[in-house]
Amino acid sequence: MNSEPMTDVSADILATALDWKQAGKGVALATVVTTWGSAPRPVGSQLAVDDEGKFIGSVSGGCIEGAVVTEALDAIADGKPRMLDFGVSDAQAWEVGLACGGKIQVYVERLDS
Amino acid sequence: MKREILEQLQADRAEQRPVVLATFLKTGEQRLLYLVGKKGLKDIDPRIGEAARAALIEDKPRTIETEKGPLFLNVFNPPLRLILVGAVHIAQALVPMAQLAGYEVIVIDPRSAFGSIERFPGVQLSNDWPDEAMEKLRPDLRTALVTLTHDPKIDDPALIAGLKSDVFYIGALGSKKTHAARIERLTDAGFEVDDFARIHGPVGLSIGAKSPAEISISILAQMTAALRQPAASASSAAA
Repeated sequence: MNSEPMTDVSADILATALDWKQAGKGVALATVVTTWGSAPRPVGSQLAVDDEGKFIGSVSGGCIEGAVVTEALDAIADGKPRMLDFGVSDAQAWEVGLACGGKIQVYVERLDS
Repeated sequence: MKREILEQLQADRAEQRPVVLATFLKTGEQRLLYLVGKKGLKDIDPRIGEAARAALIEDKPRTIETEKGPLFLNVFNPPLRLILVGAVHIAQALVPMAQLAGYEVIVIDPRSAFGSIERFPGVQLSNDWPDEAMEKLRPDLRTALVTLTHDPKIDDPALIAGLKSDVFYIGALGSKKTHAARIERLTDAGFEVDDFARIHGPVGLSIGAKSPAEISISILAQMTAALRQPAASASSAAA
């Protein structure tokens, strides 16, 4: 698995977050800060969410994005940063369509004015 | 995250400035950290500065423990670049290989017959003298420099500019004899043993390469080692 930070992609994500903010939307950023085992996205990967739940970027292969977006909406509402832990056993991972197990930690923060 | 921090981060990225975004994960407090010269980061706990520098060099974000709890260091590095001095035969093979390996390639040759668009279609070319060209390019930690002309008039100014910068790799084409003469000239120019240890000369891994393509492979392999295994690579360059 490629573990390179996707710098060109994250530029788009941050630029989009800034565009949303400039358009007057509530915005949150989610960042992968720790991974264990074979995680789908490397540390540093980011996701930006607006207050309608629209998102760009990726913090996993797709299985936890839903939960991250929900928490991001809460962060937009209350302004408190939070740390999310996701662990997937190999069996569970198989059920949701992930080829590999692993654990990741995602930091979610609101983009303030 | 404060909007002004994100705006500054985007400005840094637009100007290809390597930067670390440091976040205290307990409080959400954040700041941007920059490299100052060759040594590290100013105005910061030296341990944090050291970790941030290592994160930039390895292009790998990390979390470290501090008095204020865990600190996440996210890395925003500019793209990898390869500056080739000498639009020669080997350059024609090395350019597409380096591009495949993810490098933005810039070819410098003041001799416009060599450094021509016909010979290097679609490549960023400079016909400036290497010292001027290097000054404009502002080589950094994510830059490799390879000189290919064997001509001291052209190679030396590029090597001098490279040694004064943070480039992660310097390679110079030429035999052992050529390299010894080169080191003598650089000594006269005021450089020392530590500086010479940064120059891979003769350039490339010793794999018996003959053709321009094979020589390019040996150069690209050595560049990769310098990028991914800097400690091991430095000791082999000094040997």
